[in-house]
Amino acid sequence: MELLKAQGIDKSYGEKQVLGGVSLLLREGELVCLLGVSGCGKTTLFNVLSGLEKPDSGQVFLSGREITGQPGQVSYMLQKDLLFPYRKVIDNVCLPLILGGMKKKEARQKAEPLFETFGLQGTQDKYPAQLSGGMRQRAALLRTYLSSHGAALLDEPFSALDTITKGMIHRWYLEVMEKIKLSTLFITHDIDEAVLLSDRIYILAGRPAAITHEIVVDTPRPRAEDFSLTQAFLDYKKQVISCLHLS
Amino acid sequence: MKKYQSITNKLAPVLALAFVAGLWYLCSDREWIPAYMLPSPVEVAKAFVTNMPVMLGQAVYTLQEAFYGLGIGVVLAFGAASLMDAFPFLYKAVYPLLIITQTVPTIAIAPLLVLWLGFGMAPKITLVTITTFFPITVGLLGGFSSADPDAIRLMRSMGAGKRKIFRYVKLPSAAGSFFSGLRISASYAIVGAVISEWLGGFHGLGVYMTRLQKAYAFDRMFAVIVFISLISLLLMAFVSLLQRLAMPWEKKENRSVTYE
Repeated sequence: MELLKAQGIDKSYGEKQVLGGVSLLLREGELVCLLGVSGCGKTTLFNVLSGLEKPDSGQVFLSGREITGQPGQVSYMLQKDLLFPYRKVIDNVCLPLILGGMKKKEARQKAEPLFETFGLQGTQDKYPAQLSGGMRQRAALLRTYLSSHGAALLDEPFSALDTITKGMIHRWYLEVMEKIKLSTLFITHDIDEAVLLSDRIYILAGRPAAITHEIVVDTPRPRAEDFSLTQAFLDYKKQVISCLHLS
Repeated sequence: MKKYQSITNKLAPVLALAFVAGLWYLCSDREWIPAYMLPSPVEVAKAFVTNMPVMLGQAVYTLQEAFYGLGIGVVLAFGAASLMDAFPFLYKAVYPLLIITQTVPTIAIAPLLVLWLGFGMAPKITLVTITTFFPITVGLLGGFSSADPDAIRLMRSMGAGKRKIFRYVKLPSAAGSFFSGLRISASYAIVGAVISEWLGGFHGLGVYMTRLQKAYAFDRMFAVIVFISLISLLLMAFVSLLQRLAMPWEKKENRSVTYE
């Protein structure tokens, strides 16, 4: 089922057109990667999808309802974890619920059981400074999940982590996604990460940027631990690289 | 090891203080400086003890003025900084004015305030308000603008409006610089109150000092100076305590990574 849909998004800053007719689709339960070189307009696109900026033309739909230019509908997670240092982890995680008008106690009750799912049990009353980088990112993800109406935008969420932590968090992430069924649109410039995690990959390129290719990674999930060492993985990777070069 | 370090940290200032006191003692004991110009530290200490009841009695007035003035200063600073943060136009218009008010010497306005407001507490409280308002306002404004723009973006993406962004991001981001401003203002408040009493009034440590000066009772005068310094230090320590209570996330044990 269609969850998040963008149609013909144009966006310019002054003379410079950044996005030229971007259309994309995120179905329920899907994990879709948006791949492109730095500075190609990925973040602008996410700002439009999350409602932080209005496109010059084009529309954004969430479950068929138009949400163009309306923030607070699709949750958005940035590269920095942006946990507020002055709020305990539980209060950080509950923030979107409280902003949505929920009582503090009720919000805590809703968030509490998810701490285990996200591997954060026992951290509720800690401050973010007491968590390791990987844990902070997971807490940020939990907050993103709680602020979502089913769809989440992740802007290079794991790019600040070191390679080993990143590998661990990828495996963990896929496991959690199975459990919570969060539909995700994911920005990355890491090709391996894109192939490893996603159901489909969109290549965003050109000036102004548009979706030039769509690659379906139809290896079913859960994928084997050694998926990234298989021939199939390499084939996908080759395909992605050639698309990036062609465009 | 840690304990040892904290002792050596305290050793340096204690030694410096002892050195100054020793030098002072020598100067007056050997009569390098005549006693009517610089009383010996022993005399000052004696005066400090015997005069304590009088000083405490006068301090009640000074402290009241300082607290009222500081309280009003804090409230006004909060109002001004919040408005200036909410309306950039206001910020641009008012900020230079704020800076200019700071270049006006308080000692010069104090007599004017007495002229306008009389010899009671009002001119003193006003002067303290004027001197304490600025550091807090500037602290708050700096704190508000130090809020991470990405954090604000995140809040907006969660559907938060200006008010909620102010409450959940800007206000807590400003806590640290607010307390820095408050700490400075607390010491300014005492000094401001004493100065304005000095320039006209019936009660308070400043008035008491002018009397001692006229009586050439320099040992007692020095005792009052020491007393005022002590009050200021205590007040600053109290602000630090408040800060620790208000910002539990800054505590050391809440800052180290405990989970892997």
